[in-house]
Amino acid sequence: MTEEQSKVLPDLIEEKEPSSFRLILALGIAGLMSGIILVGIFIYTNPMIKANKEAAIKRAIFKVLPGCETYTPLKLDDGKLIEKVASDDNKEESDKEELLIYAGYNTNKELIGFAIPGDEPGFQDVIGAIFGYDDKENVIIGFEVLESKETPGLGDKIFKDADFQTNFSALAVEPEIVPVKKGEKQNANEVETITGATISSKAIVKLLNKSMGVWQTNIDEYIKENKIRVSEKHE
Amino acid sequence: MNKLVEYKNQNAQEFLKGLWDENPVFVAVLGMCPALAVTNTAINSLAMGLATTFVLLCSSILVSTFKSIIPKQVRITAYIIIIATFVTVVDFALAAFTPAIHKELGAFIALIVVNCLILGRQEAFASKNPVGLSIMDALGMSAGFTFAMLCIGIPREVLGSGSLFNIQLFGDSFEPWVVMILPPGGFFMLGFLLLGFNWYSQKKKERALIKQKLN
Repeated sequence: MTEEQSKVLPDLIEEKEPSSFRLILALGIAGLMSGIILVGIFIYTNPMIKANKEAAIKRAIFKVLPGCETYTPLKLDDGKLIEKVASDDNKEESDKEELLIYAGYNTNKELIGFAIPGDEPGFQDVIGAIFGYDDKENVIIGFEVLESKETPGLGDKIFKDADFQTNFSALAVEPEIVPVKKGEKQNANEVETITGATISSKAIVKLLNKSMGVWQTNIDEYIKENKIRVSEKHE
Repeated sequence: MNKLVEYKNQNAQEFLKGLWDENPVFVAVLGMCPALAVTNTAINSLAMGLATTFVLLCSSILVSTFKSIIPKQVRITAYIIIIATFVTVVDFALAAFTPAIHKELGAFIALIVVNCLILGRQEAFASKNPVGLSIMDALGMSAGFTFAMLCIGIPREVLGSGSLFNIQLFGDSFEPWVVMILPPGGFFMLGFLLLGFNWYSQKKKERALIKQKLN
């Protein structure tokens, strides 16, 4: 061995090979310490992370359901919509992503509509959005993009362009929502697409149709069953 | 007295080398993944720089403190455990305190674990030097990394969205160069800066050579 090499590796030459037990012990202690730190930080930050997520959903619901004061999350159970009770949160199951929609109420505790989240592949990645559905008028009354990686300057107009947002002030959901070119909107069920962002706009239309298809019958049944606004519905 | 001056000089040297002479991004070309992926805005660049600073500093302190206890045969595994722990701490902390930034940086926070800059400093420096020097080295390297991230991030945001730290700089007449905040913009900016950096260091070398010859 040259002098230079022995200079670089002095420890390895002099030191005996440590026993396997020592290696396992060293890594075991490192893992244990790491585990303790991680549990600590998780316990400390988890309530805050949950609160942040809830606040984000709350903000979105209030935006897509104008006049909304309180809301109740509803979940699908055996094909039926039931209220999700807060105590469910303590169960371990609540960690897995449940499909939820939100029933929004105004100050007089009257049901004003449902906030429905949905997603659909856009141009770059899946677009996540939430929209407000007014079951009385059978129209969409608000729309908000929650997650999107659409191209800046083009596809991101789905949440930056005020003109596109006006599509969702009273958008009929029956018959199916159809995309039309800008300035050609004639019927209540048409969405004016964004020039240069056709794929992103059409993804939104698909998202709305898909989510309405999934939830509409459930919502109708929920209203019938709970006898909310029955008299109004049958007029 | 002389020893004290020498000690101070050495500390300063370890700090400064990371900032300039051995800058992790421009000279060592390490940490390319975050340097290209999350430098689309100045605030993201800064957040990524600070997150990396925290991880590098804490890991260096621990590795340097326990360097005699960690068996050589399992040192890399031990370093990775230490680094991954601090990365997870940063991940949770960002999600709890700055959810907006956490959402923007996404998976790239978790990817700090595999940033070669951090493991490289543990192996090359912290595992062989005293704690004090390791702290200076970690601070210098991460300052250099943050500096490089901002060098890429600030021009990209200014040109690509016409804003800096989310404050609009120009009037409506400014048409943003959208390409700068798209992935190609990262490559353009990095290439441009590497070119400048190499040109500068070459000039410096040439000048030193000429000086030497004259003497």
